[in-house]
Amino acid sequence: MSIHIDQKKCIGCGQCAEICPGTLIQMKEKAFIRYPQECWGCVSCVKQCPVHAIALYLGSDIGGAGSRMTVEKEGSLLHWTVIRPDASQETITVDSRDANRY
Amino acid sequence: MKTIQLETDILILGGGAAGCYAAITLQDKEPEAKVLILEKANIKRSGCLAAGVNALNAYIVPGKTPEFYVDYAKKDAHGIVREDLLLSMSERLNKVTHHLEQLGLVILKDENGNYVTRGNRNIKINGENIKPILAQAVEACPNVTVMNHVNAVDYIVKDNTVIGVFANDVLEEKLYVIRCKACICATGGAAGLYRPNNPGFSRHKMWYPPFNTGAGYAMGIRAGAEMTTFEMRFIALRCKDTIAPTGTLAQGVGAKQVNSRGEVYEQKYGLTTSQRVYGTVMENKLGHGPCYLRTKGISSEQADSLKRAYLNMAPSQTLKWLENGSSPDEENVEIEGTEPYIIGGHTASGYWVDSNRMSTIDGLFAAGDVAGGSPQKYVTGALAEGEIAGEAAAAYVSHELATISEDYVQQQAEAIQNYFTKESLFTTEQLEEAMQGVMDHYAGGISRDYAFTESSLELADQKIQRLITLSDSVHVSDMQELTRLFELKERLLVCRVVIAHLADRKETRWHCFAENLNYPETDDRWLKYVNSRYKDGEIHMLHRELVGRYETYEHSH
Repeated sequence: MSIHIDQKKCIGCGQCAEICPGTLIQMKEKAFIRYPQECWGCVSCVKQCPVHAIALYLGSDIGGAGSRMTVEKEGSLLHWTVIRPDASQETITVDSRDANRY
Repeated sequence: MKTIQLETDILILGGGAAGCYAAITLQDKEPEAKVLILEKANIKRSGCLAAGVNALNAYIVPGKTPEFYVDYAKKDAHGIVREDLLLSMSERLNKVTHHLEQLGLVILKDENGNYVTRGNRNIKINGENIKPILAQAVEACPNVTVMNHVNAVDYIVKDNTVIGVFANDVLEEKLYVIRCKACICATGGAAGLYRPNNPGFSRHKMWYPPFNTGAGYAMGIRAGAEMTTFEMRFIALRCKDTIAPTGTLAQGVGAKQVNSRGEVYEQKYGLTTSQRVYGTVMENKLGHGPCYLRTKGISSEQADSLKRAYLNMAPSQTLKWLENGSSPDEENVEIEGTEPYIIGGHTASGYWVDSNRMSTIDGLFAAGDVAGGSPQKYVTGALAEGEIAGEAAAAYVSHELATISEDYVQQQAEAIQNYFTKESLFTTEQLEEAMQGVMDHYAGGISRDYAFTESSLELADQKIQRLITLSDSVHVSDMQELTRLFELKERLLVCRVVIAHLADRKETRWHCFAENLNYPETDDRWLKYVNSRYKDGEIHMLHRELVGRYETYEHSH
């Protein structure tokens, strides 16, 4: 379980490093994950990143096949997008004003 | 290295659910008191609620009573609970829930404005932002200060009274000695003691936060506080690989546990939390595995709704479905048991507390997952305990701050400095891996189907003691490495206490949670609490009689 930080998109604002519940992300001009194998997969950083530079992926040891998940906020909406290795995409939108029905 | 000396009236360790709510309570009840929260990460997303949660599982639904909730928790724990603590917690569940809603939490309501329930004790929410909501409420408290990225290491205790805490900065070369009149420990339980489901790259893809390393337990143990029921480990039944919750499937869409032949097996073994795990272990042993939650056949609308629900608490499960182009209505969800954890929010492990949640050390209170005797807290129970501890701490702090000797401050700083100059063959990571291997093999981990014997526990204790010795020689090069070494040391000490408790309870009351192969039956002579105190490097066991729900329990030292 881990995250990937796109170094081209990262603006070095440091918000992800500040928020990570394991303090796993550090800054060296840009953000990098110092202990990638220690990520819990909570996606706090993915949600916090203002430029959507951080993606969640599943490690190959738990069946991951290379897809990346990012999230974009728009008001109360959270647009979650999964990009598969073949570049196909799927987006699920969740309105944070709606409660879970199950 | 700089040592900074600070003081406060009430010091809260850990800014998770319980710690945040204790602070909010103190602002309300004792606005003149100075409150300081030490948080190892950042309270906006720290603790169990980092990813979110999609139901409140401890709520008194219409037609039910707090006593009903006590009965439920008692049954699930096969009798070993503090009913007094459960009742005082249960009586506050709805009040804290309504407060959460006022703070901004979205709760599903019907057309009459009533909460929509899920089963006998649950309500449905959108809890993706539950932690930022709590953190924001704390930030709005003028008398509460939050120090993020500060790791509590040890209590400073004089005449069995807590007078301060020693802490380190996780990032900068700074140490802290903080004097306080009362301390509320809310650091959470302990993950990472046992080898996890996926010990390689995804080692931290676990149920409980891997950053909850048992700090509060270890600090209490070292200070000689009495601890209870560490033998009642918690093992969660989870979605395979992603270790995502199963309750949403089981309770939300009524998915049953089935084996690979499609047979529903859950009725065969019982429906308590430990029996659900045990049934899955047994079906695998019988050659009926893998096991699943039968979601095939739910509607596609339900499947879509589940994918959205998981995004609010365990997004990796939704990622898995989307990545594979699969869907729960077309494919059953494979399940597995996790490694064991020690966590007083789900089982009864933790500090032995009085009715006010004060530990056996004066002025030291416990709330949330570190507080023992009161399982099935979930989020709202942790808040309720934060409130009780906050109120009790407010009533406690009428005295002056005690002084802490300069010698103590000096000694601590030197001890820390030493770790930067040590030479060792072993790293923190190596010793952690060794610890998890020992616990897995000899103290009932996943690879042993959670079972152990008296002989295997003896070996476990010897090996853990050797690792404790080795941990004293580890070299660190920065504050983050120092913090990780402290976390290892916390875990190792908690392991020792877990082993001692497992060995002491000579019965099998909970399958899997404490599967003692030398005593495979339940024996009602053990309807009592197994407690311990640590003194001079030894763990001393003691037994206490069960406390009833209408009793008020006070410590008699």
